[in-house]
Amino acid sequence: MNGKAPKDRDDDGGRRFDIPDRGSSTLISVVTIAALTVLWWVASHRGWLPPLFLPKPETIWTQFAEGLTKEIGTATLGDHLMWSLFRVFSSFVLACLTAIPIGIAMGVSRHMRGVFDPPIEFYRPLPPLAYLPLVVIWFGIDEAAKIILIYLACFAPLALSARAGVRSVALEQVHAAYSMGASRRQVIWHVVVPAAMPEILTGMRIAIGFGWTTLVAAEMVAANKGVGQMVLNASNFLRTDIVVMGIFVIGIVAYAFDLVMRWVEHVVVPWKGKM
Amino acid sequence: MSVLDVRGVSVSFPVERGERLLALDGIDLRMADGDFVVALGASGCGKTTLLNCLAGFLRPTRGEILLDGREIDGPGADRGVVFQKHALMPWLSVAENVAFGLKMRGVPKAERRVRADEKLTLVDLDGFADRPIYTLSGGMQQRVGLARALANDPKAMLMDEPLGALDALTREAMQELILDVWNKTGKMAFFITHSVEEAVFMATRLIVMSPRPGRIQHRYDLDFCRRYIETRDARKVKSDPDFIRVREEVLSMIKAGQSREGAGA
Repeated sequence: MNGKAPKDRDDDGGRRFDIPDRGSSTLISVVTIAALTVLWWVASHRGWLPPLFLPKPETIWTQFAEGLTKEIGTATLGDHLMWSLFRVFSSFVLACLTAIPIGIAMGVSRHMRGVFDPPIEFYRPLPPLAYLPLVVIWFGIDEAAKIILIYLACFAPLALSARAGVRSVALEQVHAAYSMGASRRQVIWHVVVPAAMPEILTGMRIAIGFGWTTLVAAEMVAANKGVGQMVLNASNFLRTDIVVMGIFVIGIVAYAFDLVMRWVEHVVVPWKGKM
Repeated sequence: MSVLDVRGVSVSFPVERGERLLALDGIDLRMADGDFVVALGASGCGKTTLLNCLAGFLRPTRGEILLDGREIDGPGADRGVVFQKHALMPWLSVAENVAFGLKMRGVPKAERRVRADEKLTLVDLDGFADRPIYTLSGGMQQRVGLARALANDPKAMLMDEPLGALDALTREAMQELILDVWNKTGKMAFFITHSVEEAVFMATRLIVMSPRPGRIQHRYDLDFCRRYIETRDARKVKSDPDFIRVREEVLSMIKAGQSREGAGA
């Protein structure tokens, strides 16, 4: 036996004809992040841009570390963050509790669709900043106004995704349930709602994104605590380092929540894309 | 003894500008316990429309359908339906799918499970009770569909091309399984297919339907399914000269109908 064993090919030739974009992109993402960080570091240290425009990365880190114990403006970073989280999540939860049932009702009832479609489609494309003054006039400058603004931003994508999700139920599934003796109410609760879950969860991911987007606008109104407020206030004093740090904090928290939502999706709708 | 009686059923759908398309025209059909009625025909001949009327998903435009003397006016658990596909609930396990109808009618959980297991045994799916639906093969999913329809102990089984999406080998195994289940339960069955061989093999009564408008063109009383149940040898039944003769007869009649229609159009 002196013949060499045939060598395995180690390229991915077998997968060349897959659906485009299959495969992990994590490594490429890590390299991109590292490259951008290095570029940032070089640009700020070489003085290509003045610190007012681009603070050094380590300044951001210092601000972050100091912010944990010392107050920035009126509160520590942790305090700012807790207020923002409270606003975003209470709005989000309220929106889920109302928009998802309304969206499902719109999906299964002509009457509900007729009632809710015009107001939702009217306000949905409006930028929150456009109706912010009205919200302030109606609800004052307390927490209520902020929560309502974020709530409205979350509401439309949730209602629309729930409504669209209703349509992903197959006629055969509905017929099967009826022919097993289910009532209309049972069909909605045990067939239509579970079938809509994948789209509802996607809607939740989009909605929480809108919530974070609207946070800064909401905190522009007479807030003295909150990450959005911290960023705004810092920009008034040209503290670019705190502005950038605040942006990172919002971005990282939002991303972390999206990861949680993806995990929830995996647990709640494991059949997604498999039937 | 249950009897399903179809009397002069016609169905027409509105198409454009007040015109109506006659999908079914004057169907008469009577079936009782132990009958296995197979509807055979090209697509568009109204066989699914007829099944939808029997199931109660669709109301006949004219005529009536009586189950044990009571008019059918909607779907109900006394008629179990097996669909071609997309009809299982992927958010439920195999056993939960089978027990769905029992749950809807308030049967306690423990009893649901016992009855689901019983039906799963009947379709050879022991040990799959807790598996998610989407991990099962197409043939297994159809067996879950069959067990689910049986779990409600219906008077009639209505099957809308349940084997249409399966590969040839799985399909033959499923034909035998369905006949065994039918034989064990003694229920009446209404089965749709467009495979001539499948129709001739499975039917105690074969109705051949012709399209535009959907009518019953021909009826045969057959016994090949009973021969299979006695001999347990499907290949032998299907290669029997009798079987081949009937199969060819049915096939040539369908072809004649099609060419007549082609000439008329």
